[in-house]
Amino acid sequence: MIVHTVRRAVFIGLVTGIAAWHLSLVGLIPAFAQRRLVGDTVTFSYALLVTLLVLAAYATGRRYPGATQRIPWGMLSALSAGLMFFLLALVLTHLNLRQILLNATPELARVLTFGSGATIVGLVRVLLISLLSGLFTGALSALPYPWGRVIVSAALMTLLLGLLRDVLGPLLPRGVTSFLYGPAGLSLAGALVVFLLAAALFALRWSRRANGVTARAAAAVPSTFRQPVTRAVLLLILASVPFWAGLFLSNVADFVGFYILMGLGLNLVLGFAGLLDLGYVAFFAVGAYTMAVLTSPEVGQRFTLDFWVALPIAVVATVFAGLLVGLPVLRMRGDYLAIATLGFGEIVRLLVLSDWLKPYLGGAQGVTRIARPNIASWRIDSPQEFYFLILVSCLFAWFLSIRLRDSRLGRAWFAIREDEHVAQAMGINRVTAKLSAFAIGASFGGLSGALFASLVGSVVPASFSLLVSINVVALLVLGGMGSLPGVLVGALALVGIPELLREFQEYRLLLYGMVLIAMMLFRPAGLFPERIHRRELEEAVEEAREIAPAEIATGRG
Amino acid sequence: MVLLETSHLTKRFGGLVALRNVDLAVEERAIHSVIGPNGAGKTTLFNCITGFLIPDTGDIRFSGSSIAGLRPDLVARLGIARTYQNIRLFRHLSALDNVLIALHPHIHYSLLDAILRTPRFRRAEQAAEREARELLAFVGLAGKEFLTATNLPYGDQRRLEIARALALRPKLLLLDEPTAGMNPYETEEMIRLIRRLRGERGITILLIEHDMKVVMNISDVVTVLDFGEKIAEGPPEEVRRDPRVIEAYLGRGAASGLGPASMPLPGEA
Amino acid sequence: MTIAAPQRLTGGRRIDISQLIVWGIGGLLLTIVFLGSILTLRAGHYSAAQWRDFIVFGIAQGAIYALIALGYTMVYGVLRMINFAHGEVFMSGAMTTFFLADYLNRSGFLKSHPWVSLIAMLLFSGLVSMTVAVLVERIAYRPLRGAPRLVPLITAVGASFFLQYTFRGLFGSGVRAYPAIPVLQGKLWVFQKTQIAVFVGVLITLVLLVLFLQRTRAGLAIRAVAEDREAAALMGVDVDRAIVTTFAVGGFMAGIAGVLYALVFIQVQFFMGFLPGIKAFTAAVLGGIGNLPGAAVGGLVLGVIESIGPSLFFDGYGIRAAHQLKDVIAFTILVLILIFRPTGLLGERLGGEERL
Repeated sequence: MIVHTVRRAVFIGLVTGIAAWHLSLVGLIPAFAQRRLVGDTVTFSYALLVTLLVLAAYATGRRYPGATQRIPWGMLSALSAGLMFFLLALVLTHLNLRQILLNATPELARVLTFGSGATIVGLVRVLLISLLSGLFTGALSALPYPWGRVIVSAALMTLLLGLLRDVLGPLLPRGVTSFLYGPAGLSLAGALVVFLLAAALFALRWSRRANGVTARAAAAVPSTFRQPVTRAVLLLILASVPFWAGLFLSNVADFVGFYILMGLGLNLVLGFAGLLDLGYVAFFAVGAYTMAVLTSPEVGQRFTLDFWVALPIAVVATVFAGLLVGLPVLRMRGDYLAIATLGFGEIVRLLVLSDWLKPYLGGAQGVTRIARPNIASWRIDSPQEFYFLILVSCLFAWFLSIRLRDSRLGRAWFAIREDEHVAQAMGINRVTAKLSAFAIGASFGGLSGALFASLVGSVVPASFSLLVSINVVALLVLGGMGSLPGVLVGALALVGIPELLREFQEYRLLLYGMVLIAMMLFRPAGLFPERIHRRELEEAVEEAREIAPAEIATGRG
Repeated sequence: MVLLETSHLTKRFGGLVALRNVDLAVEERAIHSVIGPNGAGKTTLFNCITGFLIPDTGDIRFSGSSIAGLRPDLVARLGIARTYQNIRLFRHLSALDNVLIALHPHIHYSLLDAILRTPRFRRAEQAAEREARELLAFVGLAGKEFLTATNLPYGDQRRLEIARALALRPKLLLLDEPTAGMNPYETEEMIRLIRRLRGERGITILLIEHDMKVVMNISDVVTVLDFGEKIAEGPPEEVRRDPRVIEAYLGRGAASGLGPASMPLPGEA
Repeated sequence: MTIAAPQRLTGGRRIDISQLIVWGIGGLLLTIVFLGSILTLRAGHYSAAQWRDFIVFGIAQGAIYALIALGYTMVYGVLRMINFAHGEVFMSGAMTTFFLADYLNRSGFLKSHPWVSLIAMLLFSGLVSMTVAVLVERIAYRPLRGAPRLVPLITAVGASFFLQYTFRGLFGSGVRAYPAIPVLQGKLWVFQKTQIAVFVGVLITLVLLVLFLQRTRAGLAIRAVAEDREAAALMGVDVDRAIVTTFAVGGFMAGIAGVLYALVFIQVQFFMGFLPGIKAFTAAVLGGIGNLPGAAVGGLVLGVIESIGPSLFFDGYGIRAAHQLKDVIAFTILVLILIFRPTGLLGERLGGEERL
């Protein structure tokens, strides 16, 4: 029994160690060695390593009931993981592997030993940190229910704020900034304040939830988001972004917006109708190139159209593209559908890239001098101004998504997602249902592409690779397929954060791969799962309201 | 009057003949059972009628017009609904949504109505919801509208499947082993429900059933299939005594030591 | 909608407008290809020797596709799923073996013992790919067995990108050139010597695969699971083990294909698995997925079409830089075969490997 437990704890530790080796040698950990989060010592790399230790301890401990078991076994696990860190550091200092492994540097060895290098001191330091992480994790998980979560959430919040120093610093009032942030990352005092504030906030939320009628009802009502006042305030905040955000951040917001639009479009296809389209980028490309060809004087017939004329044409063109892709794949089952759509996406990219179509589409050099929109005499030029256009488009797509979801067409999509065969037996025409999903979904992508082309002013084939499709799929999977808030969260996390952090760019796709696998393994419904149906929620609330007085009554009696 | 009629229906899968020259006539407002040993072609028959399989030869006529080879959703719209042997609900949707989906052919508004939430849309949706709730109440699922289908107990799932089929407003309802896996009490309830379907709603019922007690109890007519061929047809009493039926059933029963005395065709119905 | 008269119902096909449109597009493409071929042949820009070289090159490339395609098809046979990451399994062998090849080259061993070196490279690459394939199965597929189809499909896509960018992170994004193997330089009759090496390598691997499936207990287990997983489990076959073996064997062959690919194309990099992966998948579907001889035939057919296609189909129209459309042809074949004949040319033969 004990032997088994020990073996399990050590095994989890070793696996975590291997994960750390992977992250280190791939370059993720050394890349963040300079990114300080809190004070001078806590770098993002260290935070990642400690997170791994904590995860090892948690994974080991969660199976056992009390702190007396969780703490020692968690510590053992963390210890084995820490030893693995040190082992790699040792190898790196004594063997030169740089000929083969790009990131096998002595610098990495220092990071892995939390700054000491592969010496006795380093070993002691690693082991100490591992033990503390294990102890800390065990103690946290032994706290009564919400407190562990509150502390972890607050800690993550603190790290996030530290990470976003360069972005948030200039936005906050100068006094606040100089108090919270040091030369890099949060100052110690700032970190403490942020942590306490975040903890208080999370605790407040939990206590509210606990005091609410039932957990189910509270979960069901995103009540604050449903009130018109809150909505208006949110909208105002969203609309005010360009006024305080500055050029860089507005640009990032624009890109997040493009991906939200695409995410909403693919959500109709993948989230609602359950059809995995891996060639979604094709629609983005069709939209962008239609805009480019129609408004740029460089290619085609040398005539140019106004942005506002070209925009609807671009959207209509993508609708046709959606039908064109949708028609042949109507009868395909899941995996074939995925590959066929991927094929379509690649065909579009290769054709655009070819010399054959160069006179019309610009070939590898792409098309430049794409028109920008005018509203009366106001020319929309900067990313800040474009933001409004993108915001309106996103809101429109969001609105459309909701209205379609709650209609008979939406139900037909759900039925096809759940069981295509039965859906047909219930009188649903799969041809029209699937085609409408493809066509409407494509139009959002086309709108996104057209706006993208206009904002950037040029299009090149390289912007329309398979990676865009994967990006959109990954953001849907992260947020929860079929969930609209999920699209928002997914886009912010998978497009926003990497855009903000320069070091991250290299590892974006690695991250997407991990997200796709990890989400399917641990949380297939996504971070913000689709609430099954609006009416179900409302019913739940009613139920809760009816139950509540009764509960109170029995409580008194 | 004959509601559904198949003539010389044949369906092959490669070398296997699943249905051979099957002639079947289902009278309006009848409860008509199809029985037969495993692999006799009963479910293939259902799949041909509902349009999921296209018969190789022969014809299927429903209310006088041919439906052989018609797309499944069109068959459904004509008024043929079905349930499945192994329950096939839309598992992650609520009971109400399951039924609303099947009301699809009877809800009329345009996409624009849905986007703008016009009065027409509201009226249609409200009417649909009313009908769906009514159907759920009819099968005894009132108050469970918002439970997710997978969370319903087994018997309720069977009933939900029937409610969903009813939402198509069918003239003919095909039930594939509606009492499979039920305890005697639930079976009794199901029999009552099936009777009410005909009695209160005037629906013709064609059912596949293994439980002979049920078959003998509720059928007006029983058709027996064996190896894709119709070997007997008639009122339950008659079929029960048919020597070919006894042979088809008990050829196997005898092999496992069951004599005719213990044949599973009880007469106490 | 259109209803076919019941008397003329043959082959179980139901025709409606959507399908007519699709067939129309397919017919149009075929006409374009056919006309183009005639125009090209009439114009006579290419000599017979050039066509022969195209075909020889196509066969060599197709043989490599075939080797990768076998992995797709075997996994499909036992799991009924497409191992989307198989192209990356192929890449991982080729990428890693570069360092061995480089080492052998610099130490001079490659010159002194070319055959030993080559075999060592093939085995090493096979082992690396095998490890990666087994890990992918363990981590990304096995925990999700029995989940809805969409779920393992998404993890497969994830695994694919994870592997690509892991190798990019480990070894860098640059292109690496394999050392030339001295004995494989030059031509023998109309063939490049490397091409001959590829044919021989693929043939030997195929024979070994057939022997493995036919003569060993593990092969028998794989065939049993492909035939009927539940029945096999009831008969005492360890299904998990058979599945892992399938991934291992498929991975090994992908690794060998990786080195052979590097012999022909010299250059390797982290993204190299994508196109051969998709094309090998196309080959597998072309031959009928689940069908081993089909995968081999499909690979050869695809290789040849891809090699002669750009010149043959498009040259007649005077299209500039037709060779750029090589991949377009491959992807179009992929899409067309999925639309019009998803069971492949030789027919889908689920679990029918015993006939090989």
